[in-house]
Amino acid sequence: MARIFAYIVHKAGIVDDSAAELIAAAKKIEAAASPVAVVTGWGTELDAVCETLRASYSEVWKVANEALAYPNAELVRQALVKVVPSGSIVLVPNAHFGMDLSPGLSIKLNSAYVSDVLGIDGVEGALLKLVRQEFGGQVSAHVRCDASSGAVLNLRPGAFKPQEAAPVNGVIVDKSAEVGALSAKRRYLETVVPEAGDVDITKHAVLVSVGRGIQEKDNIAIAQELADMLGAAVSCSRPVVDAKWLPKSRQVGSSGQTVKPKVYMACGMSGSFQHLAGIKGNPFIVAINKNPKAPIFQVADVGIVADILEFLPELTSKIRETKQVSA
Amino acid sequence: MEILVCVRRVPDTSENEIQLNAAGNDIERDDLVYSVNEPDNYAVEEALQIAAKVGGNVTVVTVGGEDDEEVLRREMAMGANQGVLISDDAFNGSDGKGIATILKTFVQKGKYDLVLTGIQAEDGGAQVGGMLAALLDYPFASLVNSISVLDGGKLKVSREIEGGNREMNEIDLPCVLSIQTGINEPRYVGMRGIRQVASVEIPTYGASELGVNPGTVGEAGAKVKRTDYFVPALGKGAEMLQGDRQEIIAKLIELMKAKGGLN
Repeated sequence: MARIFAYIVHKAGIVDDSAAELIAAAKKIEAAASPVAVVTGWGTELDAVCETLRASYSEVWKVANEALAYPNAELVRQALVKVVPSGSIVLVPNAHFGMDLSPGLSIKLNSAYVSDVLGIDGVEGALLKLVRQEFGGQVSAHVRCDASSGAVLNLRPGAFKPQEAAPVNGVIVDKSAEVGALSAKRRYLETVVPEAGDVDITKHAVLVSVGRGIQEKDNIAIAQELADMLGAAVSCSRPVVDAKWLPKSRQVGSSGQTVKPKVYMACGMSGSFQHLAGIKGNPFIVAINKNPKAPIFQVADVGIVADILEFLPELTSKIRETKQVSA
Repeated sequence: MEILVCVRRVPDTSENEIQLNAAGNDIERDDLVYSVNEPDNYAVEEALQIAAKVGGNVTVVTVGGEDDEEVLRREMAMGANQGVLISDDAFNGSDGKGIATILKTFVQKGKYDLVLTGIQAEDGGAQVGGMLAALLDYPFASLVNSISVLDGGKLKVSREIEGGNREMNEIDLPCVLSIQTGINEPRYVGMRGIRQVASVEIPTYGASELGVNPGTVGEAGAKVKRTDYFVPALGKGAEMLQGDRQEIIAKLIELMKAKGGLN
């Protein structure tokens, strides 16, 4: 099997959790694999990242270049094309940077590309049997990838569980001289942080979170009434923000807020992995969805098959009754 | 500005429950309702808004078969100036790179300043835009959630990155952008709009018109191939609350009290 490279995402000198997951994935391709970490960046932050990686990767390829101080996918691609040998398998975490980098990288390396890989189910010669999800996770598919001229695989964060391993005291190989001057037709300007919303959903112990099943803006009130009764806040999944029914600050997920409630009520949502990525701290998840096959039922603690537009008002009034009795 | 938007027709997941067929090698496609891939509507809307602001034309293109004309007409009813169908038996079974290779030949036949795609298809890999850009040697940005046109053949675009942050970039034209949902509010298309474009001719291009080498696309050129579908073995899964509505609600209230969700 071809040599395996792991593209390391890092920020402010800290290695992203995905670095360990890429090792786990490499070992699924070849049990004895010892993947090479490839790290691009600049300055002391890059040095700190390489030092950290030496504990888990036996070989760390360092590409230092001032133009790579911010990870601009076009520049990173140019650098990788110069250092990664053709025919290699390159593993990249499938987050916003990987989505920017990898499709074009695969073209320039003349290799195959598969995005959002959840599993590696076997290898026959240069053929990889990969697992993906389609239609919002309603079905999975096996994908056969011919890696005979190399492959770039974007791996879903969290899908490959890192294994405990003894520190390896790896070597750092400086590849910077192979890269030379870099210039791009796309230039990074700045990062803009979101405006604070009216409600800080990250501070609530209970969230009533609504998805597409809420159906229209006026129905948000149904969730708000339940939230008021529970002392909770109303949060939501991406389609609700796309439809402008709630502001972006209420969105839970990898592109929205990360929340850590005690109880999370997932109402009328499918439970996409991008959404679930925003729920931390192992809350008690109640899923209510009229589709008994909704993927959210796989991850919830308790499931109820019901139309939220009927169920939530009934739940609200029952809680109100209960409170009045106990008062 | 000449703008090309690449669109696709996909099974509509809001209208269908996606299930496996009896053989397990595909999803059950009988009675599926198809529609335009939802993110593509945002790309078309964005193109229309840019053209309205700075002038220009919007062309929508799809690689597919006769049935795919309907999504071109839908986007033309939104306001796209023309639709183009790229269709050839030699294209069947293309992987993402194959589709990008076909689209590249079409882009090179025209003179487009800006090429847009939706961020991702329901059954796709968010890949064609980035591949197309690399094949054309155009710059690319994914997850774009705002665009403004600058002087001097440039755009300012923001990308949606983690935690609701926006990464601001300047990008030279011509370029390829993949558009994130929520960037705008795609306009409504009524039956009347569809009827108005029902008889507009849609030109069709095949492999020979485009000069595509059939060996590089279709089944023959595909390094990536879906072999079968399956429903994954569930994890522990949720405890499904059973009984009549009142029983379910009583159980849920008890559970929420126990878990600190209700005092």
